This record gives sequence, C-alpha cells and structure tokens, in this order.
Amino acid sequence: MEREQEYVLRTVEERGVRLIRLWFTDVLGQLKSVAISPAELDTALDEGVQFDGTAINGFSRIHESDVLARPDATTFELLPWAKEDEPSARMFCDIQNLDETPFAGDPRQVLRRNLDEARTHGYSFFAAPEMEFFYFASGDPSLGKPQPLDRASYFDLTTADVSSDLRKRTIHMLEAMSIPVEYSFHEDSPSQHEIDLRYTEALDVADNVMTLRLVVKKIALERDCYATFMPKPLNGVQGSGMHTHLSLFKDGENAFHDGDDPYGWSTTARQFTAGILRHAREITAVTNQLVNSYKRIAETSEAPPYVAWARNNRSALVRVPVRKKGKAESARIEYRAPDPACNPYLAFSLLLAAGMRGISENYELPEETNTNLFDLSETERRAAGVEPLPRSLDEALDVMESSELVRTTLGDHIFEWFLRNKRTEWSEYQSQVTPFELERYLPST
Amino acid sequence: MEPLLVFPEPVPPELAQALDFGGWAWKSAPDIDSARRDEPADGWVGAIVMATAGAELDGALRLCRAIRNGDINVDSVLLLVNGGQLMELDPHEDLFDDFCVHPFHPVEFETRLKHVFRRSGNNDDIDLIEYGPLAMNLETYQAVIEGKPLDLTYMEYELLKFLAAHPGKVFTRETLLNRVWGYDYYGGARTVDVHVRRLRAKLGEEHANLIQTIRSVGYSFGRSRWI
Repeated sequence: MEREQEYVLRTVEERGVRLIRLWFTDVLGQLKSVAISPAELDTALDEGVQFDGTAINGFSRIHESDVLARPDATTFELLPWAKEDEPSARMFCDIQNLDETPFAGDPRQVLRRNLDEARTHGYSFFAAPEMEFFYFASGDPSLGKPQPLDRASYFDLTTADVSSDLRKRTIHMLEAMSIPVEYSFHEDSPSQHEIDLRYTEALDVADNVMTLRLVVKKIALERDCYATFMPKPLNGVQGSGMHTHLSLFKDGENAFHDGDDPYGWSTTARQFTAGILRHAREITAVTNQLVNSYKRIAETSEAPPYVAWARNNRSALVRVPVRKKGKAESARIEYRAPDPACNPYLAFSLLLAAGMRGISENYELPEETNTNLFDLSETERRAAGVEPLPRSLDEALDVMESSELVRTTLGDHIFEWFLRNKRTEWSEYQSQVTPFELERYLPST
Repeated sequence: MEPLLVFPEPVPPELAQALDFGGWAWKSAPDIDSARRDEPADGWVGAIVMATAGAELDGALRLCRAIRNGDINVDSVLLLVNGGQLMELDPHEDLFDDFCVHPFHPVEFETRLKHVFRRSGNNDDIDLIEYGPLAMNLETYQAVIEGKPLDLTYMEYELLKFLAAHPGKVFTRETLLNRVWGYDYYGGARTVDVHVRRLRAKLGEEHANLIQTIRSVGYSFGRSRWI
C-alpha cells in the first residue's frame, strides 16, 4: 500500500473519523459527494467505490452506467466544520471506468490529461483565481429580488459586523483546509466580496475552487444568509468574475520570464498569450457557461468583452500585470473573462490547451491595445481588428461547436454532452417571457 | 530488527565486522534489482553505499540516486568514500544523509550509523520527533502542537516531519522537493512555498515562525540543538 493511503487509514483510526466524504465534480461543475464509513475505507482506497453514474450530469452513457470513484489520498483533509464528537473528512476522487481506465465524463481527469500533456513538453501550469461572490439576506430568491446584506439591514447597526464576521470565518475555514487566501472587500457593489486564491498547480487550484464555493456557501447558511457565485445577480451593479492569473513553469523556473526582454516577458509568454487570444471565443462557452454569464460580460469594464491584450488597460481581455524588476517568479498573465460559476477543471484545461497551442504553432502575438476599447465605436474596433467575445450563450455554443481545439481538449464525451445540455438551457431561456418584456411591451403595444 | 542494506557485494571484512560488532542486522546486494527482490517485509532500515569497494564514486552516486528516486523503499543513506573523493561530494549532497571516510575508525563509524539510522535502528521506543511545542508520532502519523492535534494533508505531514527532523538546518527548495516529494514531482519549487505557507497557517500565528524563510536560500525549522 502506498504511504499516503496508509497515512489516511491511520489518521482516520487515530482521530476517530466517523465519515469520509468522497468528492467529485459533474460536467457542469457541481460538487458531488458519496459518504463512506471507516470500515469501507480500506477497500475504497484499494479498489475504488462503484456507483451508478446515470443521475450525474454528464456521466450518463448508453452502455455501461456504473463507474468507479478512486479517492486521491493526497487530498485527504479533515473537515473543520464537522462536530467535534463526529469528525469527518473528505478526499477528491478521480472517476474511472470499471476496467480502471479514466472515465471520459470526469472533468478532473480531463484536467489531469491536459496537465500531463503539457508536462511532456516540460511545463507545469499554475493558476490563481480571484473569486467574487455576493452575500444576500435569506429568503426564497425565486420570490423576489435578492436582498444585499448591507442594504437589507438598512436600520441594523450590526450588519457590517455580520459580513466581516462571515468573511473572517470563511478565511479561517479555508486556511484550515490548506487553502491559503488573501481577501478583499469589494466596494463596487453592495455585499460583494472577493477571495483571492494563491498561486499553485492547476489541479490543486481547481480542487480549491470547488472547496471554496462550498465553504463560502456553508458559512453563509450558518449565519442565516446565502452566498451566490451567480455571475450577474443584480441589475446596474458589477457582476462576479473569476479573473485568473496564469503562468507556466519549466525546470522550476517561471517560463514567462525573460530577463533580457525590456518587459521581462519571454517568447513562451507571448506565444501562450497569443494562443489564448486566438481561441478565446471558442472557449467562452465553458469559461462562461450560464445564460446569465453574458449579462456580466456585456456591460462592465471588469469583464472586458473584447479580444485584446494590454499591460495597463483594464478594458482588455488579457492583462499583463507590470511587475517589479527582479520579480521573475511572478511573471504571469491575467485572463479576465471567466466567472465563478464555471467548471474550474474544464476552464483551466481549455486555457492551458489554448496557450499550449500558441506555443506549439508559434502564434504571433497581436499588437498591444492601448486605447480604451469602450470608447471606440463598433466600426473603429473592427478596423483595429478587435473582435468581441460571444454576446450570448447561444453564440458562444456556435463558436465552440466548430472548435477542434475545444473538442480535443475536452474529449468527445464531454464536448457533445456539454453542447446538448447547454443548447437545452438556451432554448428554455429563450421561451421565457421576462419581466423586462412585460414592463416594456405590455402597456405600450 | 529490520536489516540494513549494504552495497556492493562482496562486503569488505572490516565493514562486515563493524556492523556485526555494533549488533546491526544487515544484508548485502550487488545492485538495486536484487535489493528490491530481497526487500524484507518491514522494509530496510537504511542503506550503506560504498564508493570504495570496487564501485567508483559515479556508480555509488547512481545507486544513491536510484534510492532517492524511490526505486527501492529506503529512507536514509550513509555513503562511504575515500579521502580523495571528498571534494567531489559537494554538488551531490542531496543524494545521501551522511557520509563517512573509509578506511574508517570503528567508533566514528558506529556513531554515524546510530546518527543516521537511530530513529528506526535501535527501535525500543516509539518514533517520536519533539521540538518545543511540536510533537510528531511517526508511528501513528499524528502531529500535535501544544497538545492540540494538527489536521494535516499527507504532504504537509511529510514536509513538517522532514523539517522537524533536522532542526536548524537550512534546506533549499530544490532539496526539499527532492527529499520530500521525490524526483518525479513536476510542481517545481513553488510547490514548496505553497506547502510552507499552508503549514504555517495550520501551525497558527503563534507558532508559524517555527519554519523560517532564509532569504534567497530556502527554509529552516527551529534552531539546531547543537549550538
């Protein structure tokens, strides 16, 4: 038995763990969990846990419906919110077919495969997302507009404390689960918060995003409110994004850094960025997978809808943060489109694959965009060769469907299932009569 | 008691004698493959690699590297070299835990054996690392700080164990990567930083400084017990 498995077994025994939760993710990025008892742990680590995948989004297949969840012992972690007399723990799982080959519907395996592919070229892929979200006062959100905590508590002097207490407790929990964070309170929108995750390997980061979303929601519920990662919950104020910082490392060195370049920026970094820009439109359906995602991209400057890059221009899709001289390790680019409702495993897979394509095909980086793209007219933008990101989920799906890169990166199974599922979501949305239409057209027509 | 693994075969008589007098169980092997085949159920206590008996230094270092790579399950390595090879060891110090100049003085040799293999060598007591408020039970994989259990992931545990076993010693990120993660890990030196950051968070504000950052070098844990 591997040492890490022995570590898990021994810790469960020593700490009296009563329940072990096996976590995995469906194609849409929803966290799923199967709980097992310590008595079943040994076999689970050795052989995996068999279950019927039909009910899981994106797991369904025509022939065989059973799959295996294989716990990744290195992700074993005691859950800090478990009751003291009932310790429980979690492990992330890789999903396999019964013959132990990777299951094509498992997003974590898709990311693993793409990371392995990059490794054959000597690269490891690092990411650091900035997770934005809102806290709202509890109540059934379908009954009316969501109520921001600060506003809802207009007369309540303690409300400011509620949200800072929420944030503090969330950070504490995340740190206890090996997720180092820096956080900042967003002043742009009421009740909006941001938690920045530290740089680490993309698989870890994707696991961390899954954990973070759960922890944030859990802590909010404890305090009788709720947290949402919906990209655009309120009219007229900025939505929630997941700006993601990216870099490649090779032989322990940051491959985006080049001391001889005036900007300290390597050819690898330029080609990677060129790859991301060229394929940005194709991957948008995955980095921004909800109907609602496109309401965030459409109007605000924090979610630039134009395919361009710049060093110091926040209207560009890719920002290259200027760094202090000698800070070789922090060379990176920031991709500003994704939102926190995405499936992080698939989003990171596509960002990596698009960037790697830029490197393998020696893509040339277009000119930096120095003008504020929001100030230009549509014609001027076109003349400058700046394309817009897809404006709706529908358009994004069309672009994705014709992308060989997205199909290869996600694999046929997920690619096809995702398109089917999202086409349905779009047509359901299309058939809705919205409050906007009623307000606008009912009296006047 | 689990045996020590000795390379290469045949073992020179003075080494065999020193091991027997010291009461060490041992077994020799001509190469890694046969060592793997002969691995006792409870594993090897450690390995002694001779660079002086037939094998040149290069060959001996290759063996050490194979051990570090995890080709066989051995935690600690003692390297025997002759005086002439000493100067060439510096760039390879990741590959062994200690060395001894051969021909050796039996007392020095015995001391080094105890030092390198002491934890599991004469194992009458439980494997325990204690340093200030920190205690680690290597038998049960549990760590406590001021008596309170630490909830660690496997890699955090391994990193803390390695650091705490060598108080005061400064390790580069590369050395930590090689020794704690193994050569096949791709994450690079940043992985070490991330894990140190996690460990400090779990040790708590009060004890976070047990792990010190040594600027432009790496990390060290606590202070040496010998100064």
